[in-house]
Amino acid sequence: MEIRVNPTRMELTRLKKRLAMAVRGHKLLKDKLDELMKNFFDLVEENQHLRSEVEANLATALGGFALARAVISRSVLEAAIFTSRGDAALQAETTSKMGVEVPVFRLAMTPALGNGFGMTETSAAFDEAIDFLANSFQAMVELAQVEKTVELMAAEIERTRRRVNALEYVLIPQLRAEIKYITMKLDENERANLTRLMKVKDIVRNR
Amino acid sequence: MSTFKMAVIGEEDLIRGFGLLGLELFPVVSGQEARDLLFELKDDRNYGVIFITESIAQGFTGEIEEWGSRPLPCITYIPGVAGSEGYAAERIRRIVEKAVGVDILKGKEVGKK
Repeated sequence: MEIRVNPTRMELTRLKKRLAMAVRGHKLLKDKLDELMKNFFDLVEENQHLRSEVEANLATALGGFALARAVISRSVLEAAIFTSRGDAALQAETTSKMGVEVPVFRLAMTPALGNGFGMTETSAAFDEAIDFLANSFQAMVELAQVEKTVELMAAEIERTRRRVNALEYVLIPQLRAEIKYITMKLDENERANLTRLMKVKDIVRNR
Repeated sequence: MSTFKMAVIGEEDLIRGFGLLGLELFPVVSGQEARDLLFELKDDRNYGVIFITESIAQGFTGEIEEWGSRPLPCITYIPGVAGSEGYAAERIRRIVEKAVGVDILKGKEVGKK
């Protein structure tokens, strides 16, 4: 790599300051990366748990609905769903988690889903499926949140790692090389000066 | 804290149950339809979570992943007609691989047949 700096003392001090700064920044970023990773693995694990839970629950609930659909006619089912429409409200905000904007959800559900349909038209499987779905819905929203967090964290990790690497493998070595170059150049000048003086002294003495 | 809506996109028979919970249903029949719909919903800032069945999303999972950089909305897969086909697990695996550089979830598949 070509080095283009003025071999002056002023430049040297400036570069040394920059190097110190870069090293500090590198250390901080590396710490951040480690911390992010630690968090990330916990999140991934949580995500795996939630995912398997939700998938198992949904399989049961949706199976229940399919069963119900087999027994109940379409119009009755639709009427039942229409009359007992719940109102789950989702409260959301974003918070900063380690410098990453992540969503936080809070689910407000009507405590009991008022079953606005009769006992006779719909089957027990249908009621069960509804209960099941309502109970597992909290986990679903949680899953959505965790999955999103994992995704955003991953992006942040990637970004941070890129910066750490840029500092470690590009900026810091370059600064070191420049500092070395200036030191050598200054030393060289010093020696040149010294020899010149000695030579002059010799000439003067021989006269 | 502000209130958001939740949406479910998928095959009508599958998602009907979610109507009981007060979610907004978007029954679709084709992946293309779902894709256009999702395109609209993700830019509509009223939606906090969008659930989409794997079976309907399978044609454009790549695009869904590209939209992941915004905090909201969360687009989450739910099992489709054939149960869980592992798209969600696959997505997480890819994300992890991108972040860590190694596939740490190998052999720990969840929800994959």
